[in-house]
Parts: sequence; structure tokens; C-alpha cells
Amino acid sequence: MSETRQSYAAALVDALHDGLRTDPRVSIIGGYVLGLGPQRTLTDRLKQDFPDRVFDPPTSEAGNAAVGVGAAMAGMRPFVDLGTGSFSYLAWSQITNEAAVAHYMTNGRLSAPVTFHLLHGVRGGGAAQHSQSPHAMLWNAPGLEIAAPSTAADVYGLIRTALASPNPTLVVSHAKLLGIETAVPERKSPIPFGRADIKRRGRDATVVATSLMVHYCLAAAEALSKEGIEVEVVDPRTLVPLDEKTILDSVSRTGRLVVVDECPLRGGIASEIAATVAERGFRYLKAPIVRVTRPDVPVPYSLPLENFITPDPEKIAAAVRCVLTAT
Amino acid sequence: MTEGLADTLRWQCLEKMLLIRRFEETVVKLAGDGHFRGHYHLYIGQEGTGVPAITALAAKDHLATTHRNHGHILARGADPGAGLAEILGRATGLNGGRGGTIHLCEPTLGFLSTSGVVGGCISLAVGGGYACAQRRDGSVTMALFGDGALEEGVSFEALNIASLWHLPVIFLCENNSAGAMGMAKGGYPTLVHASTDLLLIPKSLGISSVRVDGVDVAAVHAAATQAIARCRSGQGPVFIEAMTPRWAGSNPLWPELATGITDLRMATGESGTDGPHKQWYENFDPVLRLARELAKGGAESVRRISALDEAARKRIADAADFALASPLPAPETALNHVFAQETPA
Repeated sequence: MSETRQSYAAALVDALHDGLRTDPRVSIIGGYVLGLGPQRTLTDRLKQDFPDRVFDPPTSEAGNAAVGVGAAMAGMRPFVDLGTGSFSYLAWSQITNEAAVAHYMTNGRLSAPVTFHLLHGVRGGGAAQHSQSPHAMLWNAPGLEIAAPSTAADVYGLIRTALASPNPTLVVSHAKLLGIETAVPERKSPIPFGRADIKRRGRDATVVATSLMVHYCLAAAEALSKEGIEVEVVDPRTLVPLDEKTILDSVSRTGRLVVVDECPLRGGIASEIAATVAERGFRYLKAPIVRVTRPDVPVPYSLPLENFITPDPEKIAAAVRCVLTAT
Repeated sequence: MTEGLADTLRWQCLEKMLLIRRFEETVVKLAGDGHFRGHYHLYIGQEGTGVPAITALAAKDHLATTHRNHGHILARGADPGAGLAEILGRATGLNGGRGGTIHLCEPTLGFLSTSGVVGGCISLAVGGGYACAQRRDGSVTMALFGDGALEEGVSFEALNIASLWHLPVIFLCENNSAGAMGMAKGGYPTLVHASTDLLLIPKSLGISSVRVDGVDVAAVHAAATQAIARCRSGQGPVFIEAMTPRWAGSNPLWPELATGITDLRMATGESGTDGPHKQWYENFDPVLRLARELAKGGAESVRRISALDEAARKRIADAADFALASPLPAPETALNHVFAQETPA
């Protein structure tokens, strides 16, 4: 029996197409949802099939985000692509100070169900301004749901859920994920937020990661398996809401935790997950938690510099060995 | 017939303008008596713009307003009791005490979230217009904002998008810098813009633009009506600059009733207008100006003005009683409504 596989990019476009097809309130503001790389033509069929609902906006991240937020407040379900992750800083006010607070500030009488999407991450030669992952900062903006999918099935399911969500949602796609093919079910379906996926079972240590880092963790787990070390890879899939239970249950079985993320260390995603486990699952821990992240430096351009600061399977494997020997 | 229509409209406007004026005067009193803290912004002096413009909208239309929202919310028909309760941070307030004076919002009347970020309202309104265009139901969105909003970068982006996509948005700029004291004597900051003709900004983007006297109710209503019709017919956005001379009480952060409690006898000739604010009373106060026009109708009109004011005062007094008697929110409810429906962890 042959397994069906699909690229992350193709599944993302399927989710948008199905979203447009099933809900007349959905529209897309963003001409390059898949960036400018080889996958970009996959979005052509969105424009062909829904010419009145797919817009090529001007280079105006704040304006585009605001159009999405305002339209959502007026009852629509826009999907706003902000392009490269760091461009979202231009739309910071619209995301954090308009969309995220609207429901709360009106005592629940109004909501802003806009979906923001961006391409994040160290992409290879992106240098400091085209390699960022703003979702750790946005995790500090209450009112925003955040999804960071890692596979074709997950990006499909999470985008469908984001488009249907009554809340403002951020979906981040790592630029290096677009071409990665993974298994997809015959019928892809929405995936509820707040439900982690155990991507690999293992008894010796828990590794928590999202987005591209899940693939690096799986590669590390494969290598460690040859050494007799069985790693459990937990992918929370959404940061908001966060499935604390699945993470804590896994740590209760393994007693050891490595958290992997490409965001900088301080105030980052790995730090938040580590703090949560330290606070709520301290009794399960047989060794100190280890975080594998980018150090607190901007991303450099030249490849050896970039590689030096970016988490990879070898660094993750080393961290697992460390957490297994520490007591 | 036209006269009759305009007359009906003028009386309708006066009623709402009086309600707003008495509301704002009460806000100053409540602040002075220590019933709420924090800075606030009043709509006194701009009633002649917001009221006729909002009256020209239909029920299906959307609006976006700013930190200076009290007049807009009331002009659209929001409950003044719930408005004052919100300003006092009470559970019965429009926003349940989560918004305060800067964020008064009545979603059931078509308001988008009231942004206190300068320029935020312009950009959200373009989103409202985008929604109207997607729905193809002939609805429009009106943004009501001050001249300072045009100093923000997002305003330029939003105007550009509205023009590019022919969105049905009426940008109503209430230019209240006219006659402002500027930064002198610690005065309220006025427009800091390289352009001395703000209409050049929308015009440069191909947006139909017009300037009106913001104290002239009939002129504002005519401009708004024309703009709304143009938007409904799919011809794209319209920019209106309404000149609303700055009220002397508009101090930085904490206004004061510099021109006193509005005395309608100044409009009916029963009271003089002498003193330092003579110009204001005679030319720029939109409430007095409209009342003065209507009072020309004779004794019956004067009685009607007096009755409308009496009713407005009563309604606002009741609203203040309601607000003051309303409970504060239960502290633990501060955790509610972060998310709609299912609350994520």
C-alpha cells in the first residue's frame, strides 16, 4: 500500500482553497503566501478560482494587517499574509494592540477573527532582517492564538481551524518547511488547537519542539536510537492554547526534558515551556531541563556563522545525551 | 419641501448635539468630583460635525472612532447611561469597565473596536470598508478622526489601500487644530505636519476630497450624504476635512469647562455673550450656532429649544444617576473574555 505524501506548501494551499470554498467570509490579502521560492506558483489556483477574494496588496504590512483586523471586526474572516516574519514588526500595533485586545476591551461583544500568516526562521543567507521568528514575542500578547505547524497534515488542519476560529490567530510557517514532504491522510481535516501530537514515542527523554525544529528533533531521535537512546518527540502544534497536559504526561514517563526552538533563548518559547514544566512537573524531573535555542544574537549572513548559532540535529542529540547523564 | 427636510434634520441634530453637550459637561463634573481617574478627551465644539455626518449613515453601515469618541457613540444612538458607566469603570458600562473613556464602543450600532492609537481608526475603517465591499450589500464605513491621525504612517498606507481597491470608506477628518493655542503655555498639541493643506494627502492618492465648515450642520450633512452616495455606488473612498475650531477648554489630558455650562439663552437673545469667549459663543460653538438659527423661527422655536435642552439635561442626569449607582466589576472577571467562545489555556 503506497502512502500519500504532500509538501507543506501544497497542503497549505489546499487549506486556503478549502477555506475559500467552504466559507464566503474568507478572503486572502497577500500575493506571496509561499514567498518567492519555487513553491510560489502553487497559489495560482487560489487566484484563478476566487478572483474576487484574493488580493495582491501594496507593500504595507501595517495597512494590510489593519484591513484584515477591521474586516474581521466587521464580520469577515480574512487571511492576511505578512510575508517574511520580521516584516510583522511593521504591523505590531495592528496585531498586538488592535486584534489581540478587541474582544477583551469590548467585554466580549466584538471579536477580530483574522488569521495572520508569516514565513519565519533561519532560512539560509537571510541575515538579521529576513530570518526572524516573532512568535515568541507575540506569545506575550494575550488574546492571540498561535499555531506553528511542522507537517503537511498539520498545516492543513491548523489553517482550517484558524480560519474558523472566532479569535485572531497567527500561523507561522518556517521558510525551510515549504518543500518538505510528509505523509497525509486520504482526507485531510481540521485539527483542533491545543492538542499536541507525539511525533515519535520514546522512554528515555522528552524533546519538545514546533515547526521546523520537529524535523531536526526527529533526525536527532533517529541517530540516538542507534545508540540505544529512545527519545519522545512532542509537537505542541499550537503555542496558544498550549497543551500542557501532553507535555507533562510525557515528562512524567521519561523524567527528562529538552526543549528545542529557533527563537533566541531569553524570553523565548523554550524558556516558557521549560518554566511551565519546572513549575508544574518538577516532581517528574530526574535532571535539569536543557534548552536548545539560538543564542541571543541577531542572525548573521555567512553560512558558517549562521550554522554556528542555529539548532540542528547534532546539537539536539548532544543536549539529549547531556540530560541523560545529568542528575 | 427642501426647507422642510432641512428643518426636520436641524431639529434632530440639535437634540443629539444637546445630549452630547450635557453628557460632556457631566463628564467634567464627574472627573472633578473624583469619580474616575485617568485622562480623557471631550467632543465639545465638534458636535456640528459628528452629529450630521453620522445621521447621514444607514443602520447597516460601520463606523470607527478614536479616543475622542463620546460624541460619535451618542450621535449613533448609544445609551448615555452605559456610556457614563463605562467612563466610571462600572460593570454596566458599554465595555463592562474594560475600556473606559478612550474605548467606548457599541458593536450593535456598527462600531468597530474603538482604537486609542492615533491613526488606528483610519486603518481599521479601511478594513470595515473591505468587509462592506466583500459583502456587496451597499454598506459603507465611516472613519471619524482628528487631524493628528494624518501624522501616522499607517494612515497613508490605509488611504492608499482604500483608493487602490475602491473601498467604500468615508474618511471624516475633524480638524480641530484651527484656532488652537498650539504648544504655547503647555497647551494641547496641535497639528505637527509639513503639509499646510491636509487635503493634498488624500488627493495625491486619487481620493475625492472636500473641505467643509465643521460648525455648519447643513454643510456637513450635505458633504456626508454626497460622500456616502458615492461610496455606495462603488466609486471609491471620499475624504472630508471638517474645520472644527478648537474649544478653549480642551486642555492637555484634563479638560476644563472654560466656556462654562452651555447657556442656551445666549442663542435666544435672553443672555449676553460678552467676555473672553465672545467669539466662541457667537461663531464657533456649534450648539449655540444651530440653536441661534432655529430660534429665528420665533417664540415657538425658542420654547422648543428650551424643551429639548430640558429633556437632554434630564436624560443625562438620569444617566449619571444610573452610572453612579452601578456596581464595579467583580475583580476576578478581569480574567474573562481574553478569547471568544472556547477559552484556550
